[in-house]
Amino acid sequence: MTDSLKNFPDQRGHFGTFGGMFVADTLVNALHQLQQAFEHYWADDTFRQLFYTDLRDYVGRPTPLYHAQRWSDALQGAQIYLKREDLNHTGAHKINNTIGQALLAKQMGKTRIIAETGAGQHGVATATVAARLGLECVVYMGALDVKRQASNVHRMKLLGATVVPVTAGSQTLKDALNEAMRDWVAHVDQTFYIIGTVAGPHPYPKMVREFQAIIGQEAREQILQRTQQLPAALVACVGGGSNAIGLFHAFLDDKDVALYGVEAAGHGLQTGEHAASLTAGRPGVLHGNRTYLLADEAGQILPTHSISAGLDYPGVGPEHAWLKELHRAQYVAVDDQQALAACYQLTRSEGILPALETSHALAYVEQLAPTLSPQQSIIVNLSGRGDKDMNTILAQGDDV
Amino acid sequence: MNRIDHVLQTAQQQGRKLLSPYITAGDPQPGWTVDILHQMVKAGADILEVGIPFSEPMAEGVVIQQAMERALQQGVTPRQVLDLVQQFRQQDSRTPIVLMGYANPVEMIGYATFAQQAAQAGADGMIIVDLPPEEADDVLKIFIQHGLHLIFLCSPTTSLERLKLINEVARGYVYHVSLKGVTGSMALDTAAVQQTLKRLQQVIDHPILVGFGIKTAEDAAAIVTHATGIVVGAAVIAALHQHPQQSQALQAVADFIASLRHALDQSVLQQQASNERG
Repeated sequence: MTDSLKNFPDQRGHFGTFGGMFVADTLVNALHQLQQAFEHYWADDTFRQLFYTDLRDYVGRPTPLYHAQRWSDALQGAQIYLKREDLNHTGAHKINNTIGQALLAKQMGKTRIIAETGAGQHGVATATVAARLGLECVVYMGALDVKRQASNVHRMKLLGATVVPVTAGSQTLKDALNEAMRDWVAHVDQTFYIIGTVAGPHPYPKMVREFQAIIGQEAREQILQRTQQLPAALVACVGGGSNAIGLFHAFLDDKDVALYGVEAAGHGLQTGEHAASLTAGRPGVLHGNRTYLLADEAGQILPTHSISAGLDYPGVGPEHAWLKELHRAQYVAVDDQQALAACYQLTRSEGILPALETSHALAYVEQLAPTLSPQQSIIVNLSGRGDKDMNTILAQGDDV
Repeated sequence: MNRIDHVLQTAQQQGRKLLSPYITAGDPQPGWTVDILHQMVKAGADILEVGIPFSEPMAEGVVIQQAMERALQQGVTPRQVLDLVQQFRQQDSRTPIVLMGYANPVEMIGYATFAQQAAQAGADGMIIVDLPPEEADDVLKIFIQHGLHLIFLCSPTTSLERLKLINEVARGYVYHVSLKGVTGSMALDTAAVQQTLKRLQQVIDHPILVGFGIKTAEDAAAIVTHATGIVVGAAVIAALHQHPQQSQALQAVADFIASLRHALDQSVLQQQASNERG
């Protein structure tokens, strides 16, 4: 089927006008080599076998699709199913991708892994696979994030990684990404850069999507088996957008399945303190691709805010920008307080403590579910567990 | 004729090696920029590279990152950079100015609007660091319409196939990034750079300027023997920040540029002498 939305991007990484490879010449060769290696090994059965075996035996896949009965009943609408990515080894969907990229690094003969991280989940997932494969690992993390995600910093160090706090710019995820890119340019021969989301220059948005697409492939099979029909909607939080693309991709051609990406509205869209690039941004070029981003009139990237470090990013994966333009997916935003409330709600009604990133998706489900009938279903990507957010949650001083 | 082409042509006729210093517009203060540019010309600069500050300068080392941050803290916008170029042009209608920046600020203004404004201000070309030729089709056409040269980069890792593409689309000169790394990085292996330059010259028909990692007059002299000229950025900014006072800072920049000028001219004389002996 040539008109399938699943066949994008094109050979040069373009999703319509989005995506591409907007990098300095010094990186082009490395990206071309990566593209060739990825295409070669991703078409190779032996490599895929390695990947899927690791996902099964090391990560613990397939993850369950859990029917959140009590929560569904409370919302008096659609049946809500949680795709339990929080049950993966290391506690989030991030490891699906780091396993794939680390195996590729090994095949390419690279000895050193670098990564950027925001909340620290991708950093932990990278340090984990680096430890397992015996690769040197350096993780760049905004100095601000180092402070607010202290336990993940310790985990990475325990795993043998070097964590480099980045003090440039706003000291968050975007600055960590800049610094990782600089490291890669300087040490490109021996180093593999594991990007944690579906952003960055081609081939990253495609490669990361392919490694994360297992989420939707499993979920589609599981829901059909369980309910004999496709869900009415999928909901996932969107920072860079890897857990959302991972869930959405297998359903892209199922036109009756509505797709909702939920961004972080932070203190509220009207305050300007948020991270909702698709909802409130505009197209531009950042971190190697053309996408929606948050920038001022002069093109300077704006500081972002979200209670969840993992959504605190001024850009978004180019495939999401494209799905928005095609009206195939809808993007909405949920603020800090709504996300926190949803976090408490799920914990109390299902005994599952979700990550604050994930809680944004849950908050939107609370709005969406009552508009649907009990015969319909929603799958929400429970992308990560909330243990890492205990400090942030306690700091709220909420009486819960 | 575009001022860049004019300078390249004259240099070839006179056997002069070109010196292209870089500063970030607005660093340390917008009020200094035009004076610094004039000083650099007086001290022997041939092509001026003027940076448009961007919040995410991914290809820059810490020196130029900080220069951009200082400029941004003072609210320097792309429009103001063009105003500074225009001010410079009031007293210098001869020295080419090449803007250096990243795609996003230009994209937000719109490539056509920006190119028109840049040409009107008196700029002659632009390096858009994160716009390789593969993504530059439309931008190239627009820049050509406005008489601006889009200057492309190549590096030690650029493949033969891509060198051919760069050669095809290049205007003015090709900027060779002599190091794997970011601007201002350490350890410049001059012998390796010369090797790479020989390889480039088999494919690139345009003059080649070499940059990234040139810090001293010795570096400049060693590198330039196989190139048309050099670009020096981080070291110029370092010189600019040796003194907090404007007059002393400008003098430090002028002295540094003059030392590079001298090294390039000496290099030419030595090469001529060795050719005569040989």
